[in-house]
Amino acid sequence: MAKELNEAFYQQLQELQEVDFVLVELNLYLDTHPNDMQALQQYNQLVQQRWQLAQEYENNYGPLMHFGHSYSRHPWQWKDAPWPWQV
Amino acid sequence: MWIYEKKLQYPVRVSKCDPQMAKYLTEQYGGADGELAAALRYLNQRYTIPDKVIGLLTDIGTEEFAHLEMIATMIYKLTKDATPEQLVEAGLGEHFVNHDKALFYHNAAGVPWTAAYIQAKGDPIADLYEDIAAEEKARATYQWLIDITDDVDLQDGLKFLREREVIHSLRFREAVEMLKEDRDMQKVF
Repeated sequence: MAKELNEAFYQQLQELQEVDFVLVELNLYLDTHPNDMQALQQYNQLVQQRWQLAQEYENNYGPLMHFGHSYSRHPWQWKDAPWPWQV
Repeated sequence: MWIYEKKLQYPVRVSKCDPQMAKYLTEQYGGADGELAAALRYLNQRYTIPDKVIGLLTDIGTEEFAHLEMIATMIYKLTKDATPEQLVEAGLGEHFVNHDKALFYHNAAGVPWTAAYIQAKGDPIADLYEDIAAEEKARATYQWLIDITDDVDLQDGLKFLREREVIHSLRFREAVEMLKEDRDMQKVF
């Protein structure tokens, strides 16, 4: 594997997974409760928090997404291991 | 379209090499009530379901692919250090001679995945009831999988997936109620 994965990597990954989990939950909930203002506010707030966490993660460990949704340094980082099942 | 994200939905850890458990887990990979069947079922039903529930089918269908990746990761990690002898011992000899350690869409007994596992009736209530049943069957399968392993790390991932089935079932039940409300509203003149 290309990079040495330390404690900090797993910590940051988990923080992102935690926020993303709440976002998935709120998303599905809002699909059937579209008028719940509080849930919607929570969702929008977390979108912002998620964006910041993803930025930090990508700064340290490379792009999370392809097709123009993440920046890359030189040389092209997207194809670099580790892939999710390798960590 | 779909965008891939280079991370798992939830961490997958295993505490030992266990090809036999990997064999059992393929039930949720390419089995009738597995994650592939779930994803393909929901995403295919979207085109003819009322607008009100297209979003839900899209989101749950997409999440199922994240679960498929988690199951694949479990199988990969449980088998990556196994010798051919260990695979044979675990009942994976037939799999090994055909696929080596590659994953394949079949169930725990080696029966290949088929579209006959899933349905799209074009009737929203019929489709959503099938979806609720699918979630309950997947939840039960996860329970039996949790019951037959003593690997607490693996159990942790499986428990997450079991709980997701519970939530999906709940959301599908709410979708049924939304459609019933709409149907009843239309009768009022």
